[in-house]
Amino acid sequence: MALEEHRQHVIATSVYVGIWAVLMVLTGVTVLVSFIELGDWNIVLALTIATIKATLVVLFFMHLYYSSTLTKVTMIAAIFFLFLLLALSMTDYLTRAWLTNPGH
Amino acid sequence: MATAVQTTVETQNYLNNGYDLKSWLLTKDHKRIAVLYLLSITGMFFVGGFFAMLIRLELLTPAGDLVSSDTYNKLFTMHGITMVFFFLIPSVPAVLGNFLVPLMVGAKDLAFPRINLLSWYLYIIGAMFALVSMVMGGVDTGWTFYTPFSTTYSNTHVVGTALGIFITGFSSIFTGLNFIVTIHRMRAPGLTWTRLPLFCWSNYAASLIMVLGTPVIAITILLVALERLFHIGVFNPALGGDPLLFQHLFWFYSHPAVYIMILPGMGVISEIVTCFSRKRVFGYEFVALASIAIAVLGFLVWAHHMFVAGISVYAALVFSLLSYLVAIPSAVKIFNWTATLYKGSIRYDTPMLYAFGFIGLFTIGGLTGVFLASIGVDVHVTDTYFVVAHFHYVMVGGMVLAYMGGLHFWWPKMTGRMYPEGWAKLSALLVFVGFNLTFFPQFILGYMGMPRRYHAYPPEFQVLNVLSTAGASVLALGYVLPMIYFVWSLRYGKLAGPNPWNAVGLEWMTPSPPPTQNFEETPVVTWEAYDYEHQPDEEVPVGH
Amino acid sequence: MATSDIEIAEHALQHHFADMDQQKESSTFGMWLFLVTEIMFFGGLFCAYLIYRSTYYPAFVAGSQTMNIWLGATNTAVLICSSLSMALGVRCAQTSKTKMMVVLLLITIVFGFAFLGIKAVEYHEHWTNHQFPGPNFQFEGAEAAGVSPQNIQIYFSLYWAMTGLHALHMVIGIGLVTWIVIAGWRGAYSPDYYSPVENVGLYWHFVDLVWIYLFPLLYLISKKHGG
Repeated sequence: MALEEHRQHVIATSVYVGIWAVLMVLTGVTVLVSFIELGDWNIVLALTIATIKATLVVLFFMHLYYSSTLTKVTMIAAIFFLFLLLALSMTDYLTRAWLTNPGH
Repeated sequence: MATAVQTTVETQNYLNNGYDLKSWLLTKDHKRIAVLYLLSITGMFFVGGFFAMLIRLELLTPAGDLVSSDTYNKLFTMHGITMVFFFLIPSVPAVLGNFLVPLMVGAKDLAFPRINLLSWYLYIIGAMFALVSMVMGGVDTGWTFYTPFSTTYSNTHVVGTALGIFITGFSSIFTGLNFIVTIHRMRAPGLTWTRLPLFCWSNYAASLIMVLGTPVIAITILLVALERLFHIGVFNPALGGDPLLFQHLFWFYSHPAVYIMILPGMGVISEIVTCFSRKRVFGYEFVALASIAIAVLGFLVWAHHMFVAGISVYAALVFSLLSYLVAIPSAVKIFNWTATLYKGSIRYDTPMLYAFGFIGLFTIGGLTGVFLASIGVDVHVTDTYFVVAHFHYVMVGGMVLAYMGGLHFWWPKMTGRMYPEGWAKLSALLVFVGFNLTFFPQFILGYMGMPRRYHAYPPEFQVLNVLSTAGASVLALGYVLPMIYFVWSLRYGKLAGPNPWNAVGLEWMTPSPPPTQNFEETPVVTWEAYDYEHQPDEEVPVGH
Repeated sequence: MATSDIEIAEHALQHHFADMDQQKESSTFGMWLFLVTEIMFFGGLFCAYLIYRSTYYPAFVAGSQTMNIWLGATNTAVLICSSLSMALGVRCAQTSKTKMMVVLLLITIVFGFAFLGIKAVEYHEHWTNHQFPGPNFQFEGAEAAGVSPQNIQIYFSLYWAMTGLHALHMVIGIGLVTWIVIAGWRGAYSPDYYSPVENVGLYWHFVDLVWIYLFPLLYLISKKHGG
């Protein structure tokens, strides 16, 4: 019974180490940037960097890049529904003041 | 007079494959686990029914004279908790779904049999927590656990009950996870998605909700427990916490939860309507996609439970519009079942009677839901008996009738015995009449202004309340009779062959009861779903 | 007697699956679905965080200034390193390098304990400073900063709940990796059957993912940092 053809793609060690290095650098960048006053952009930048790190972990450490379409759709669905929870809740909180504070 | 010829030698099936307790309590067979669930949820149903009986007895008279108001709060709370979390949510998926999904896809079992067993144990442990809390004095917050009453001011066993719900939630999650993987990965050769029975589509859609929604109520319950135990203040206005945040998080699950309850029931109706009109379902793809649409849209509407709670009116408008949308796929299903009936060869066996009841009563319940989605109407009838009637029409008139219909439809498959048709028809009639007598007056009461969760009411509401309680007694009889004749049938019921209804479906192509491994050989599917045109006319057993 | 890779796989095949392929695909898919539930589970806390941060921003700034950014950053680095060792460990299972796999998984466990140790130091500091929500909560300098100490309590409620839940998942993760180490040492895995290793890896990476978001959200709220 030849199982070799069925075996999953094996990622090279160097790729893993490379991803690790990028993640460490990005962590450093996040910390350093947080010392600079950028107003509202601080949070945008922090979350962007976090999302890049998360994407790298998901795609390569968790093998999503090499996984079936079904698995990719599953992950996207989870993020989408979390987004729904956050976004639709915010429709309430962002607009509560409008009634008493029109134009706010 | 022809009767089905059965061999007297008892063949190996999942029921007689080991009789000792260990073979049942450590089983990995999805069919046995389904039976374990059947027994457990039936028990919880009668616990919930007991609380309902006390509620209806209290409401016979306008004065709050049977129980104190605190006790009444506990009664409706525990009725709601038991029925929602320990009966309705598991009922069709955990009993019928567990039994049938592997059979319907041609598999030997679900993808993860041990997780399936774990799921039942989690249900039992959760139920124990809840029952012990009830015996120790219960909880009085309403099944909705609104804060800050539940977190700060209630003196009842909130944490114990909430923990029970938390644990049972994982039971639900594991069931859903199992169904999704099974339906994706374990279909028999030839069984494409478009040949899948609609019962599988519906359970699949419900499973999506179980997996995506249940964790949110889990974390919400955890926060309530932390707040109650450690006074962390996330929902406490005195600390700047927002009670509405609790409601947002609670309803984010609890609204889709009602679709967890109804979707599998709709799947049952699809199976019954096709079999008893001898026709393939009208618009199969639309019914299948409608299940998915209900699951997805169901996540977008939760704040319609909060129109008067203090959310911004602009958010309310958004949620109202989305709530109208979610009615559409449900309506599509009703239209398609009706079109299936048209020019069909209708048989009026008991499962079909329940299906007819479902179509009518769910339509009423669903339409009144659309009334409630209109903010203007909702402001008038929210927290009145109108809402109570609405959700009982969809949950009992819809879901419970579908569950009863499904139990009757697949009883011969599960047990190898037929139930007595005469008594079954009588019970179906009692359920239908009793149900309407109980809950239709409540629409009127609510519209006239009787609030829910009150144990006393103005005298002018008494007549309708008395009608409602009378109806509840009839309904109760309609539930008790099947208990009796189902048990009776296990010993004395007519033996059933593999396909007593001459239905189309893989589950009917294996003996009744099925062997432990379901099929002698893995079936290969070459026919379309509900291929009743090509189903040979067998002599359906007479005299049942 | 060494069992061959194929024998290991055959022994591990469960009866209701047609072949090892179907079992592996189902097993991995099941694990991803479980991670979906974890995303939604933590998601509720992130929702609460989003709402309260947007409502009480100054209180959140004040609260986060008590966080030790260097300990937090170190912990972030520790978890990233643990993810590397975990990923390499899974790779060893894929390539039959059992001894190396066990070593890498043990390294992962060490990193896990390191994370928990640093977290414990932080918790101890917050606890002795009465920065735990409840009747004993104290926060000096709240009035000076112009924020209500009650609102700062909400920040800390979320801090303790989110990092506490995360730490609990770390503990469970360490337990799971320990199980894999023991089974792996006993030769249970082969290139044709390593899905338990992969699934534990998925869980471990997920726990790292949560921290990747927790760190900036709880520690880096404004440029005025503590520590």
